[in-house]
Amino acid sequence: MKRKLLTALVAACMVMGMVGCSTNGGGGKEASSNSTGSITVGFSQVGAESDWRTANSSSMKETFSEANGYELIFDDAQQKQENQIAAIRNFIQQEVDYIVLAPVTETGWDTVLQEAKDAAIPVIIVDRMVNVSDDSLFTAWVGSNFELEGKKAAAWLDEYLKAAGRDSEDIGIVDIQGTIGASAQIGRTAGLEAAVDSHSNWTLLAAETGEFTQAKGQEVMESMLKQYGDDIDIVYCENDNEAFGAVDAIEAAGKTVGPDGDILVMSFDSTNAGLTDVLNGKIICNTECNPLHGPRVEEIIKKLEAGETPDKLQYVDEEIFAGVDSVKSITVDGTESSVTYVTEDVIAKRAY
Amino acid sequence: MNKQVEKTKFDMRKATGHQLFMPIICLIVVLLINVLETPDFFKISMNNGVLYGYLVDVVNRASELVIVAIGMTLVTAASGGQDISVGATMAVAGAVCCQILSGGQVTTNEFMNPMWIAIIVAIVCAAFCGAFNGFLVARLNIQPMVATLILFTAGRGIAQLVTKGQITYVRVETYKVMGGYIGSCPIPTPIFFAIAAVIIVYLVLKKTALGLYIESVGINGSASRLVGLNSSMIKFLTYVICGILAGVAGIVASSRIYSADANNIGLNLEMDAILAVALGGNLLSGGKFSLMGSVIGAYTIQALTTTLYAMNVSADQLPVYKAIVVIFIVVLQSPVFKKYVKGLKIKRQTAKSQAVEGGN
Repeated sequence: MKRKLLTALVAACMVMGMVGCSTNGGGGKEASSNSTGSITVGFSQVGAESDWRTANSSSMKETFSEANGYELIFDDAQQKQENQIAAIRNFIQQEVDYIVLAPVTETGWDTVLQEAKDAAIPVIIVDRMVNVSDDSLFTAWVGSNFELEGKKAAAWLDEYLKAAGRDSEDIGIVDIQGTIGASAQIGRTAGLEAAVDSHSNWTLLAAETGEFTQAKGQEVMESMLKQYGDDIDIVYCENDNEAFGAVDAIEAAGKTVGPDGDILVMSFDSTNAGLTDVLNGKIICNTECNPLHGPRVEEIIKKLEAGETPDKLQYVDEEIFAGVDSVKSITVDGTESSVTYVTEDVIAKRAY
Repeated sequence: MNKQVEKTKFDMRKATGHQLFMPIICLIVVLLINVLETPDFFKISMNNGVLYGYLVDVVNRASELVIVAIGMTLVTAASGGQDISVGATMAVAGAVCCQILSGGQVTTNEFMNPMWIAIIVAIVCAAFCGAFNGFLVARLNIQPMVATLILFTAGRGIAQLVTKGQITYVRVETYKVMGGYIGSCPIPTPIFFAIAAVIIVYLVLKKTALGLYIESVGINGSASRLVGLNSSMIKFLTYVICGILAGVAGIVASSRIYSADANNIGLNLEMDAILAVALGGNLLSGGKFSLMGSVIGAYTIQALTTTLYAMNVSADQLPVYKAIVVIFIVVLQSPVFKKYVKGLKIKRQTAKSQAVEGGN
């Protein structure tokens, strides 16, 4: 019995070890001592679950390279908060100059951030927000303004419909939402809902979750097509994967997508594959969710080095990409931003 | 006249006593909700050269679940426990298949290797996952839930390792066939996969003695061993079959989205498969089983999901409604409830006969 148990344990350990290796690849590098002159930055990343995340990590690695005078200690937490807490404690022990944290969840950071504060190490949060009792526990936050993304997309749609002479028509919109409760879902849905409220001829026919996946996006779209059929003019997908699924479902039902087709598909994230579909005319408009946080974080660190106080909340710049060039720029809350018309060159420049 | 009434009564009792009676009633109830809410739920039309309608969606979308549920039924019957790693096994099969087809690239527009090689290797990998589970359960006598927990956690990691953490796209029309349509055939291909899986497994169970062996091992493993059955071999076999079926389901699921999404293929499908087995009136503690029950259970689950979409239930409330219906169905099928109903019937009958006697 004991031997059997041992064999099982060994087998389990082997499998776990394999997985550990796979997800740890490239990460977990131990820092040598705080060497001459260079600034040491400890970065605790969530994991490598998507292309977006991979681009986010590589942006950090590129910005905080040795050539730029930094020493980056990169830690991959494999989607686990306890790994991130352990990583931050390690950073404190190694006496890094700055800690950058991409939190996996919003809550539960009070204790460990207090430890960092006691050690007088500034903490910069990227991507998701942390929910802490005392705001002074972190120095700054860098990330996306999801509601603004939604507003931008809606503003683009408004301008596009005006340019196409359809601004007095009744417009039926369906929303394929992200995973309910994700900050990207909340913000993007809010952006759309605000726009629907302010346009009397826009109707939000239905909102269902596609859980940010292609398979669910396809399934939900199939159902919506049967329910609303020709009433659907716009499909508002909250990420690229859902848009791929929605386009497949629409085409399978014998309808066409694109400026000359029956339905317009809008999307978010602007991954390489997403922009390719914009170029192919399948997605009409794709609002970026910029993963390149590195430069913004470096800006903050430089300000701190110079003794200045950076802004607490900093949003990364996010572009809007379109498959038609009828709209040159949009204005949201008084700020004008230009619309990028997608060409081969634009896609070639996309790394992720 | 009197005799005839008695006869139909007798038939009714026989029908209600059948194992498949409750599962079928549950499926019908779920479908009937639609008659009230969405009248055109049952409308099937030809659109763009293919069958089009909610019912087609239900049958089409349930395919993977049906395939996985068959495997889960066998595992449950033989070992009295569930294989919770099937979702992860699906992800592994999908990842291996796509990775071979793309020749290691993230996205491809043509096959780098022949499709049949990719499919065979993917299914062999899935069978290997099943064999690993089977070894732990049958040879080392580890609790099925615990043994399969290893691949449940590790499987998606392995799939990520295979795809190098990316979503691998295979944008080739031939690959989309398995999740789409064959040529101009109006019926979605996944339905054929589900039907083929059911028929093949059914024939194997009925034409060989395997079905009987599985039941006897599930009812009493030691006794089966004493009469000369190789209990552990049979348990092992069911896990391998379950793995292979999960592999097939994984390939269908990845063909639908022409990509290997290691994080999401078959996500939470193991729980739906276990539910399908339970809804089919099978005991989760093993022993006698009904393959068709599980198949009906699987269609019930998908019918429920599609119904909720059709009724436009908002996404955040979806799980609540699903839970309510599942509680209702499971309670209806529980032994205690059945006993209670039987008790009521007997009481009523005795009351009736007493009343008749009293009248005399």
